[in-house]
Amino acid sequence: MGGTERDASATPRSPELSDGDAALVEDLLAGSHRALARVITRIEDRAAGYRGIVAALHEHTGDADVIGVTGAPGAGKSTLVDKLAAAYRERGDTVGVVAVDPSSPYTGGAVLGDRIRMASNVGDMDVFFRSMSARGQLGGLSMATADAVKALDAFGKDVVIIETVGAGQNEVDVVRTADTVAVLVQPGSGDDVQTLKAGILEIGDVFVVNKADMDGAERTLAELEEMVHRREGPTKGLDGGHHGFEVPEHPDDGGEERDSGDGDGGGGDDGDEPPEWTPEVLRTVANTGEGVGELIETFDAHATHLRESGAIEATKRRRYAEEIRTLIRSDVGALATAEIERRGGIEALADSVRRRETDPYSLAAEIVEPIAECVDSDAT
Amino acid sequence: MSAEQETRAVRCLVAKVGLDGHDRGAHVIARAFRDAGFEVVYSGLHRAPEEIVQAAVQEDVDVLGISILSGAHNTLVPKVIEGLKEYDAFEDTLVLVGGIIPDDDEDDLKELGVAEVFGPGTPMEETIEFIRNNLPERA
Repeated sequence: MGGTERDASATPRSPELSDGDAALVEDLLAGSHRALARVITRIEDRAAGYRGIVAALHEHTGDADVIGVTGAPGAGKSTLVDKLAAAYRERGDTVGVVAVDPSSPYTGGAVLGDRIRMASNVGDMDVFFRSMSARGQLGGLSMATADAVKALDAFGKDVVIIETVGAGQNEVDVVRTADTVAVLVQPGSGDDVQTLKAGILEIGDVFVVNKADMDGAERTLAELEEMVHRREGPTKGLDGGHHGFEVPEHPDDGGEERDSGDGDGGGGDDGDEPPEWTPEVLRTVANTGEGVGELIETFDAHATHLRESGAIEATKRRRYAEEIRTLIRSDVGALATAEIERRGGIEALADSVRRRETDPYSLAAEIVEPIAECVDSDAT
Repeated sequence: MSAEQETRAVRCLVAKVGLDGHDRGAHVIARAFRDAGFEVVYSGLHRAPEEIVQAAVQEDVDVLGISILSGAHNTLVPKVIEGLKEYDAFEDTLVLVGGIIPDDDEDDLKELGVAEVFGPGTPMEETIEFIRNNLPERA
């Protein structure tokens, strides 16, 4: 416990709000673009006091539809997001966009280029577009993105779009902070569909074959349809995934399956599982705006499905649970790091292991012991 | 390497304003800034001053570098600076101009609030060094 003045910086965990930050929050809620931009910077920087800001914003959030758009580089994400934003604006919604780009693991630098594609929303301040870079934080990116979305939500945006390259676990985590996830695929890229199998398939609520005027679009559409329908039987999809075609488990699932999401709403599975959403497969040509209207309708349908089936509560519960866990893990990790420093630093400890003076298990137990003691004494 | 480590980065907007379609220089600058560890937002070509202002405000950049080779700097730069002021963003944004600017105009631009003008042939290190030394203080 330091002096009162430095408390905020001495304990970065504390979600206290300084006077200056309170004013910043007030400005944001009053509609200041500058304040919104500044808050997102603080969130990105993990700067002192940002926790207090996000904590203060939390009660003002929850009204925005949050949509994630992911896909391989060059699939047309930025162009599609631009057209989506324009279409939302046309029907009177305000839009926030968070575009996440990778940063160099060597210099930390990044060129954030998604803004170039935002040609349809020139000079329209009601589209708030923000580029973020990964900054090499482990697990921090999805937290930072989620917090930036909260800032846009609290500001009053009706729709918030998260755009990210679907490249790895980090990106999957990012896009999971959205309520509805669209996965973009390019036609003719068998490889893309292969990538999807590696994990992104599970997170898509909507699959979009963009550049659908290109050769091979029909084939890609058909492949996606097949994958989506195979996914419907969760246990069946687990094996034999490498064969091209399998004997259909439902001989009657012809072309009529697409509406099943709305159709079997009452049936559902046994137990308290909400009725399942069958992912839609759509086609767009982002350059011309073709298919964007249908895509938005599908987003709306998914949002309605989440609300009516009660799945939204499960989704939010899962997400907040993940946030709480990440924060606690990070904070407890910081406590442990401090303890390691007190004992001469991790390298000195590693050396003592190397000299066979001790072993990693004993060391870890020793360092966690005081933390564990506090937890145990609180419990009794 | 916790998720909560403070990770401040220098954010720059490299902007092309007006009808000038030469962006080789802007690209080179963007790459050099990236390699210096900055986060660079590139505006793309043919941007109107309002777009530059919109981008600078929303991205909350520390540095706005405007590249102009068309000679229209006396019309375009004041509009950008006016816009930044309108959103209370002028005070803590370092405004730089790069391109072919006559000496007399350079003085006028600085009068207006441009921190520095970099002509052709300026070594990249000089520009990066200038940014590092003149970063606006942030609350």
